[in-house]
Amino acid sequence: MTRFAEKNTAITGVGLSDVSRGADKSALALTVDAALEAIADAGLTRADIDGIATWPGERADGSGFSPVGCAALQDALRLEVGWYGGGGEAPGQYGAVFNAIGAIAAGLCRNVLIFRTMYEATARKTAYANSLLREGQRQAGPFSWYAPYYTYAAALQQALFFNLYVHKSGIRPEQIGQIAVGQRRNAALNPRAIYKAPITIKDYLASPLIATPLRIYDCDVPIDGAAAIIVSRMDVARTLRNPPIRIEAIGSSMRYRNSWTQLAELDTQAQPKVAEMMWSRTDLKPADVDIAQLYDGFSFHTINWLENFGFCERYGAKDFIDGGQRIALDGELPVNTGGGALSGGRLHAYGAVHEACTQLWGRAGARQVKGDPQICATSTSGGPLAGAMLLVRD
Amino acid sequence: MIARTLPAIDRDNEAYWTWGREGKLAIHRCASCEYFVHPPVPFCPRCESRDVAPQAVSGRGRVVTFTINHKPWVPDLVDPYVLALVAIAEQDDVRLACNIVECAPEAVDFDMEVEVVFEQAEDLWIPLFRPVTA
Ligand SMILES: [Zn+2]
Repeated sequence: MTRFAEKNTAITGVGLSDVSRGADKSALALTVDAALEAIADAGLTRADIDGIATWPGERADGSGFSPVGCAALQDALRLEVGWYGGGGEAPGQYGAVFNAIGAIAAGLCRNVLIFRTMYEATARKTAYANSLLREGQRQAGPFSWYAPYYTYAAALQQALFFNLYVHKSGIRPEQIGQIAVGQRRNAALNPRAIYKAPITIKDYLASPLIATPLRIYDCDVPIDGAAAIIVSRMDVARTLRNPPIRIEAIGSSMRYRNSWTQLAELDTQAQPKVAEMMWSRTDLKPADVDIAQLYDGFSFHTINWLENFGFCERYGAKDFIDGGQRIALDGELPVNTGGGALSGGRLHAYGAVHEACTQLWGRAGARQVKGDPQICATSTSGGPLAGAMLLVRD
Repeated sequence: MIARTLPAIDRDNEAYWTWGREGKLAIHRCASCEYFVHPPVPFCPRCESRDVAPQAVSGRGRVVTFTINHKPWVPDLVDPYVLALVAIAEQDDVRLACNIVECAPEAVDFDMEVEVVFEQAEDLWIPLFRPVTA
């Protein structure tokens, strides 16, 4: 197993800016906050950072989806690096991490600053409508196949997949709601979460439908904020202040048609082969996992990952989450322990990596999972995109 | 409903968005092995032939999956509508994004038999699907 490059890397520091529904500073300033916190957390200085990575790279379109790229951050921090890379054509949100692992293996760098910045809360208050479509403008590229059909948001494309999942699995709304309700319970114990007021299954069932079967509480919340992690070469990691959180295995398989319409299995999206790849690169098994930070752009992603990681059987998630005890902080598999993106804000799985490390380093305060958790499964998802990482604290 | 956002036309997708003028649904097909290639590419991934061109299909299909939208993403988007993926009758792995029309959203179901209708928008004819009536 030692031949896999990720085994020679570890997360050595994490940082998180203020996360809010309207920031009092610029997106770049938030990014600097997260980056400096991560660098200091690792016990490093700016001079030690010799690589930078992000996903999906700078998009100067006013949407706030990714307003800061490598170039802006590199210059703001005056970093001198051996390698950097940012861009959206990667296997999902963790593409930046996978690229960093490759760059470390290639000898291009030793300590990579990886970040994800979003400024969607401010963008939606000002310049940008909450819509993928631009009035009067013809749509080119893969999204053109959806554009004429009032497909205003990824929520609609995802709802197509989730509705088929509901149809095939027989999951009931009060079971689906356990994800949103349970994560809100965790968020109440997380000072940095966006929404902390408790919600009940009754609240969930009464909440507005977005597009069947999605309700508002199934959707993550757009925010202003930035998360950063430092991925270091293992020999460097062993000299730093935190116990290394080893990247034990990654799954970046894209052995599917790269399409939002022609994916072979619509109800599981691209997750199964990504999970299969991750488990093929480790001796650990699903039963070894202590906690899970499962992608929750929509709650159904989390439900899908429970099955596709093998924590339960195909279409068995409805029973696994029924009543919510198994996925609670004191359950057999605590899931999205900080409230996730549903209650903590959309940082596209980088908030989840921050929470994973916070738990594995025993820093989670009132929401700390008991029993000294050591192994965490994390994931991303979205149509043909998906990624997975198994993190293990030494 | 408000105006549809229209696709940008190129050599590969032109037939799909314009043959509706003649009431035809155009799907690219390999002349050598008869495989339908969608989205349209002038290359057959099954037999590697370059002899792939648009061909009119029956316009029949089935609803693979669908969602009923309730959120007014933009002003004036008031009524619920159905976004769906329809598999063409000729080849089940060719899936077309579309709206299901001429029926109540609640009447749409998985595996429902549908047929194409076209709606003109500027110089294009947008394929939509409606339930097949007996
Ligand atoms: Zn062929």
